[in-house]
Amino acid sequence: MESRVIHKSWLCCFFQLLVLLSFGQSPVSLQLPPGFKATQVAADWGRVRHIAVGRNGVLYMKLERLKNGFGIVRLRDKNNDGLYDDTLTFGNYVGTGIALDDQYLYASSNQAVYRYMLNALQDPVDPQNPERIVQGLVDKGQHASKSITLDGKGFVYVNIGAPSNVCQVRDRFQGSPGMMPCTLLDSAGGIWQFRTDKLDQSYGEGVRYATGFRNVVGLDWNPFVKDLFVTVHGRDMLHQHYPSMYDAKLGAELPAETFYRIPKGADGGWPYVYWDQFQKKKILSPEYGGDGKKEGAPGALDPLMGFPGHLAPNSLLFYRGDQFPKKYQEGAFIAFHGSWNRSPEIQEGFYVVFVPMKGGEVTGDWEIFADGFTGQGKVANPRDAQHRPCGLAMGPDGSIYVSDDARGMVWKIEYKGK
Amino acid sequence: MKKELIQICLLVWSLVLGIEVSSQRDKEPTYKRGAALYQQHCASCHQSDGKGVTRLIPPLVGTDYVSGDKGRLIRILLQGLNEPIVVQEEEYYSPMASFQHLNDIQLADILSFVRTRFGSGASFVTPKEVQQQRKKLPK
Repeated sequence: MESRVIHKSWLCCFFQLLVLLSFGQSPVSLQLPPGFKATQVAADWGRVRHIAVGRNGVLYMKLERLKNGFGIVRLRDKNNDGLYDDTLTFGNYVGTGIALDDQYLYASSNQAVYRYMLNALQDPVDPQNPERIVQGLVDKGQHASKSITLDGKGFVYVNIGAPSNVCQVRDRFQGSPGMMPCTLLDSAGGIWQFRTDKLDQSYGEGVRYATGFRNVVGLDWNPFVKDLFVTVHGRDMLHQHYPSMYDAKLGAELPAETFYRIPKGADGGWPYVYWDQFQKKKILSPEYGGDGKKEGAPGALDPLMGFPGHLAPNSLLFYRGDQFPKKYQEGAFIAFHGSWNRSPEIQEGFYVVFVPMKGGEVTGDWEIFADGFTGQGKVANPRDAQHRPCGLAMGPDGSIYVSDDARGMVWKIEYKGK
Repeated sequence: MKKELIQICLLVWSLVLGIEVSSQRDKEPTYKRGAALYQQHCASCHQSDGKGVTRLIPPLVGTDYVSGDKGRLIRILLQGLNEPIVVQEEEYYSPMASFQHLNDIQLADILSFVRTRFGSGASFVTPKEVQQQRKKLPK
């Protein structure tokens, strides 16, 4: 009898081991500055892209792959024990963008932006019938996600990524020249501004607010200086297509991933130039006659900051709370998705960084704020990363939330120090 | 009679062995050259492990594209891909570059490596097979 019990427990252990092995998962523990604490508040939602938290603490997640047929998830803590215990799923479309104001929830597919009127609980009044406020945006698969943010003055800003690497006549073909001018910029490669209260707007009704930005995935309206700020995914293939100008190491580092403040009418210079964070210059793209040194596009904006190449800054959040220590106030958190094309160097990123700022100006160097998402030391292929940071949001108590689109987790990060 | 039979058997056996040894001798440099070329031209996108990148670059490992029809595989390398492709139930949109600028031996080496390493030992691709597909390309 006893031996059978032992047998059973061994079997149980064996199966647990098997389960662990088959998922390759042990919960990761995030590394944070002293005094900060991370708690996992949502799990296994798949590709959770951007997130938003309501003034009453409800968490909204936008999914890039439908879960049980739905693309938006709302989690609520009904009994106020700090855990989400009530789930509402709706929206039959995939996408990345999500944003909240007091009256509406906004969410994007890869072609359109919808809004849902909210009730006092910050739940959608009619989740099956949103109003479509924007439609018909360019969606060619590449850089198709539509990130959104609100200015609180009746406008929504939508990123329309360029369906191209660097606007070559044949995209990503070695030796193919850059289109002159780049006609993709008429309908993509920039930020478009639309009204939040008008139905079925498209290019004709919107304003091309800023151009020359290859693919903005992170964007936030800075409430302190009332201006739009964005993080941009820079171009690929410098080393692969021009090995004599850029060795493998340089190709892994260049061009910089960039962080901009963009006033209306701004031009980021893509595809004609890229930002070289070492020379601190806008360098002419080789597809447009560049040699790694020649400068170009003098009228284009300089970024506030350049990060190492290919890290993929997927979300931007200005810290507008008062829970975190003073140094974080007005500063920017940026979630890096992590690179895929720095080989033969190891892949980098997969962390959340902090950029100290005051009055919309950068006041110091960037630093890693939250790390350890990959659950391992070195990542050769991003598929090996257990989690990849993607979205950021702030809760009403000043905690911040980080989403992961590899396995669908969300962490809440609080300051518990003095 | 019995002795002769054994001798013949031995002769045949040694011939088979000889062929095997010589073909392995042919295969080894092809695989090695292919591995080096793969690192240089393919790994930045498809990754060293051939697993591709979620959402962006399709995997090579365990796919019908790699282990199946050689002609289709050779044509993808020669012409690149400008259409979305569905691999293992996921759609990928990033265009793939053309590798027409590499010669027949280089392409055969790369594909032989890829089929051996990621296509669970699918047969080698010969330079002649690449040449045949190259001839059929629209001018």
